[in-house]
Amino acid sequence: MRRFSWFNATSLALGLAFLYLPILILVVYSFNESRLVTVWGGFSTKWYGELFRNEQFLEAAWVTLRVALVSATVATVLGTLAAYALVRAGRFRGRTLFSGMIYAPLVMPEVITGLSLLLLFISIGMDRGIVTITLAHITFGMCFASVVVSSRLVAFDASLEEAACDLGCTPVQAFFSVTLPVITPAIVAAWLLAFTLSLDDLVIASFTSGPGATTLPMKIYSQVRLGVTPEINALSTLLIGVVALGVVAASLAGKRMEGRADP
Amino acid sequence: MTAPFAPWADPAASPLIEIRDVTKRFGAFEAVKSLSLNIYEREFFAILGPSGCGKTTLMRMLAGFETPSEGAILLDGEDLSPVPPAKRPVNMMFQSYALFPHLTVEKNIAFGLKREGTPSGEIAERVTDIMRLVQLTDFARRKPDQLSGGQRQRVALARALVKRPRLLLLDEPLGALDKKLRQETQFELMNIQETLGTTFVIVTHDQEEAMTVSSRIAVMRAGELAQVATPADLYERPESRFVADFIGEVTILEGRVSGADAVGATLSAMEGAPDLRVATDTLPPLGETAWLALRPETVTITPDRPEGADNALPGTVLDIAYLGNLSTYHVALADGRVVKAQESNRFGANRRGITWEDAVWVSWEEDAGVLLQA
Repeated sequence: MRRFSWFNATSLALGLAFLYLPILILVVYSFNESRLVTVWGGFSTKWYGELFRNEQFLEAAWVTLRVALVSATVATVLGTLAAYALVRAGRFRGRTLFSGMIYAPLVMPEVITGLSLLLLFISIGMDRGIVTITLAHITFGMCFASVVVSSRLVAFDASLEEAACDLGCTPVQAFFSVTLPVITPAIVAAWLLAFTLSLDDLVIASFTSGPGATTLPMKIYSQVRLGVTPEINALSTLLIGVVALGVVAASLAGKRMEGRADP
Repeated sequence: MTAPFAPWADPAASPLIEIRDVTKRFGAFEAVKSLSLNIYEREFFAILGPSGCGKTTLMRMLAGFETPSEGAILLDGEDLSPVPPAKRPVNMMFQSYALFPHLTVEKNIAFGLKREGTPSGEIAERVTDIMRLVQLTDFARRKPDQLSGGQRQRVALARALVKRPRLLLLDEPLGALDKKLRQETQFELMNIQETLGTTFVIVTHDQEEAMTVSSRIAVMRAGELAQVATPADLYERPESRFVADFIGEVTILEGRVSGADAVGATLSAMEGAPDLRVATDTLPPLGETAWLALRPETVTITPDRPEGADNALPGTVLDIAYLGNLSTYHVALADGRVVKAQESNRFGANRRGITWEDAVWVSWEEDAGVLLQA
C-alpha cells in the first residue's frame, strides 16, 4: 500500500488543474447568460440555442462530420491492410522501407504534411474542397490506424489461422471467421482514433480546403480572430464532449482487446 | 491372450501414412533429409528429437502447412501433396492450443463441423459426446481465457478429434502443463486414443513422454531418422550412441574389438584391465573401435571384487545421487572415465554402506550392455 502524501496530492492537483482548468472555464462560460465572455451573468443555455440557429456553424459541422466519417472509414480499411501486410507477409523486398514510410507522417510536422499535400493537389490540378480535405485526412489517419492494428496483430497467435485452416477453412475464410473477430476491437479503436483526429484537425484542413469547404475547427479559428463569443464556447463544449466520448470509447475497445490478448 | 499390437512387424499390413524419401529445404538448409517412414492405423506414434531436428517440419508436412521439396506423403496409398490442409482427413492439436478466443468452448469444438456443413443436430450430438469424453461438459459456455491450462489442452484435443480425422497430430501437447498434470494427462491421452482408435502422431522433445504414451518412437537427429522402434527396443537395444544417450541414462565405454566368438565379442577398453565381454548378435570387425552402452540399473556396485561376475572394474565413488526409490552412483575408473551404477533403495540406501571416495567395484553381466558400432 502506498501512503497518502501531501506532496503527491498537491502535484497531482496542480497537474490536473493545469490540464483541465482552461477547459473547465470554457465549459462554465458556455452556460453564461452575459454576452461578455469573461463576465458571469447567470446560468443560461441560450448560446446553445443561438448556435443551432447559426447556419454557418451548422454547415461547417456537417462538412467536418462528413469528412471525419469518410476519412476514418477509408483510413481504417487501408491502415488494417497495411498492418496486415507488414506483420504477416514476412520479409518481402522493401519491407523496412514500407514500414518506415507508413510511420513517417506520425512524426512529420502537420504544416509540412499540409503544405506538401497542397502542392500535390495544385500540381495535379485538383480543385480544393471537401474531397481534398478528406483525402488529406485519409493519409494521416491511415498511419495511426495501421499503428493501432499492427500492435494487435503482433500479439495475435498466427497458429490461430492455421488452426482454422486445419479445421476446414480456406485462408480467406480463416481471416473472416477468426482473424477479423479477434482484431475487431483494435479496428474499432483505430477508427475512433482516426475519426477524432479528423474532427480536431485545423492545420492540414486549412492547407487543403477550398472555397465552400470550411471545417468546424477552421470556422472556430476564423471566428476567434474577430473576438471570442459565448457561441464559440458553446460549440467548443460540444466538440469536447464528442472528442471525449470518442477517446473513452477507443480506450474501452482497447481494454477489451487487451483482455483478449491473453492467450 | 491376445496378440500384441505390432502391425509394423506384419509384412502384409499396409500403412496408413507412408512417408517416401521426403526432403524439405528452407533455402539452403535441409530441415528433413530424404526421410522414409510408415505409420500404421491405430498407432500412437511419437516423433522424438532435440529442438531443431526437423520433427516439427515433418509434422507440418503431414498437416499440409508445408509441402515437401522432394518425395511424397501418402495416406491410404494416395498422394497427399495436392490436398490443402482444410481438405485433409488430418487434424492437428497445436502447441499453443490455438483456441479461438472469441468463441466459447462449445463453439470452438463445433467450428470444424460447421465448416464441413454437418447438420446442426449432428453437430450438437457430436460436440456433446466429445465434451463428455474429455470432461468439459461443465465448461461448455466458457471462453478460453476463463479456463486453466489443462482445460484448454482438452478443448484443443476435443476440437481436433470431433472431426474424426484419420490421423491426429499433436505438437508438444503437454509442454505447457506442470509435471503432475502432464503425467495424468498422458494416461488420459492414451485412454482416449484407445477408446476412439484414431491414429495419433505426437511430436515431442520429452523422451519420458514419448516412452509413456507411444507404441513406436522415431528418434530424429538433424533431419534424419536415428532409429524407429518400440519404447522397450529403443531403450534396451539402441543402435547408436546418439539414441542410447538420448533415451534415458547411460554409460558409454569406448574400446577396440579384440576378439569375437559365437556368443559375443571382447572389447579392450582399458589398459591393464581384462577385456570386457559383451553378448552380441552382430559381430563387429576385429580391431575396430566400438562402444559399450551400459544402463545404470544393470551395473552392480560392491565394496569388494564380486565373485563370478562377467565383467568387473575397480574405481572410486565420485558422486551419489539419491533419488528416493533409487540411488545412482558415479564411479570413476582408474583412467578417469565414469561408470554409472544404480541400486534400488528397497532396503534403505544407508544399509549398503558405500559413501563418497570409497574404493568400490562395478560389475555387470555380459548380456547387460549393448555393443554399438556408431
